[in-house]
Amino acid sequence: MPVKKHPKIVSRAQNFARALQQVFGRRFGPGFWLAVVWLLIVAFCALFADWLPVRDPLDPVIANRLNGPFTSNLLGADGLGRDIFARLIHGARVSVVIGLTAVSIGMLIGGALGIIAGYFRGHFERALMAVLDVILAFPWLVLLLALVAFIGQSLFAISVAIGFLWIPAYARVARANTLSVVQREYVLAAKAMGASTSRILIKEVLPNVILPVLAYGLVAMGLVIIVESALAFLGLSVEAPQPTWGGMISEGKRHLATAAHVAVIPSVTMFLTVLSLNFVGDRLRSRFDIKESNL
Amino acid sequence: MKMLLRKLPWLIGTLLAVSLFTFMLVSLLPGDPAVLILGAGVSPEAIAALRLELGLDRPLLIRYFDWLGGALTGDLGRSPMTGQLVMDAILARLPVTVQLGLMAIVIALSIAIPLAMLSASFAGSKLDRTISGIGFALMSVPGFMMAIFLILIFAVTLGWFPATGWIPFSVSPLANLHNALLPALSLAMIELALYMRLLRTDLIDTLQQDYITLARAKGMPAWRILTRHALRPSSFSLLTVVGLQLGGVISGAIIVEEIFALPGVGRLLYQSILQRDLLMVQGIVLFIATAYVLVNFLVDLCYSLLDPRVRYAG
Repeated sequence: MPVKKHPKIVSRAQNFARALQQVFGRRFGPGFWLAVVWLLIVAFCALFADWLPVRDPLDPVIANRLNGPFTSNLLGADGLGRDIFARLIHGARVSVVIGLTAVSIGMLIGGALGIIAGYFRGHFERALMAVLDVILAFPWLVLLLALVAFIGQSLFAISVAIGFLWIPAYARVARANTLSVVQREYVLAAKAMGASTSRILIKEVLPNVILPVLAYGLVAMGLVIIVESALAFLGLSVEAPQPTWGGMISEGKRHLATAAHVAVIPSVTMFLTVLSLNFVGDRLRSRFDIKESNL
Repeated sequence: MKMLLRKLPWLIGTLLAVSLFTFMLVSLLPGDPAVLILGAGVSPEAIAALRLELGLDRPLLIRYFDWLGGALTGDLGRSPMTGQLVMDAILARLPVTVQLGLMAIVIALSIAIPLAMLSASFAGSKLDRTISGIGFALMSVPGFMMAIFLILIFAVTLGWFPATGWIPFSVSPLANLHNALLPALSLAMIELALYMRLLRTDLIDTLQQDYITLARAKGMPAWRILTRHALRPSSFSLLTVVGLQLGGVISGAIIVEEIFALPGVGRLLYQSILQRDLLMVQGIVLFIATAYVLVNFLVDLCYSLLDPRVRYAG
């Protein structure tokens, strides 16, 4: 006796499979999820670096000096015999913390300034744009070096300095988007109903401006990690005992001829992280259809 | 010409603001310059005397105008650390940085333009996706990482190029280019991706215009359409970005000059910051920022020369 089919259930299962595919498969592609997984691993390492079962990142074991990967150490040891794997995991913390803080600072201050300028226009807008133009006249590294010399090299100071660099970009994004939102009918309607300025800004403008600003956040974070590592490479990021990816690459440069892995391994780790951030950020942005030209 | 006159006040205003910002930024740096020069453990009288000599006892604003007045006549002061005139020190190292930057931009453009044209004319194809993918990956590589990989491949492994050093062009042009190629290449690789991405998007836009369809209809070969009809109208935002990216090139030059030990302005700035040579830092920052503003002003002017639409509208 043939088994009776249940068309309804089958089609429901198919629907579900299709929905799954749409969410996880076709829309973003496997590359996207690979990138997301990598970012989650990095975030996890940054968060739990102290509790993960890895060696002490600061402990120099002279016998292991410059050992290659898969010997005494999983990913080899650096010029002082410190475990590269452990240093990568602890270095992730610096990248992640500075990435998050700097982008938040730029987003909050720049976003607020941009919204205010775009909404009220007038003298404030002109003055702000002029100041931003002046700040942008300085190459980012020049500005950053001067700022770091001024406010020091603690984790927080570096975050603030890099965050400062992001204020102009975010102010521009927020202003451009505010300008287009303000002309919409619903803002006019809110005004006509007698809504207060702060209500319009928070309830009508902010929700429509925040999406492009947030979508830009991941790509910005990738750039922040690059900027921080450049600073670390020059020896001006978070100070010595704390491992940073840029610092590890800088130390590895000395051993390029004899033990290239000391520089190559942190380079690859950083590259994958920045690539993932760019990739995920780019996909999300195109999904929300945010035009790059608005930046 | 009219445009030049209209924009001139804006230019002067920006330059003044840039100079004030530079001065404030550097003056606010911690540490008394006199103490830094003499070192710790010197008698207060000696420090006070040096402060007087350096003019540090005067109000900030007076010092600013003094410095600005000097800067306008090309005198950025004398470094108390090295005893060198700041302007001389900059000018002595300028050729290295300018050559490096120009080489980087030329290399980047000469790779980016053909690739973008290829990409755009086969938009959506496998070739386009590969080129775009490589560009995307390049954007995730910091300049110093690119430099290190280039050193690893071309200097350490293959031994084709030296990893450090600089020979002036006037001494031996060939050796100079041989030395400059790796640093310029590491700067170019980063810029390249950005240029390529931008030009590709613009070209795809342009290729959908009616006059391109017309050119196709009359049987013009595809490469000729690209070079004769599509490239010029698509190149304007590229020009702007090349100008704006000069800041990125200079930032990259600081790092690249440090890695390859090149005697350029970027390295001078970095070392002056490490030594807290404030007057030198101030002078270099002003010099770089002024150059940047001027170049972008020129790019703006070029716009109207190159694009009739801007020329007649303005």
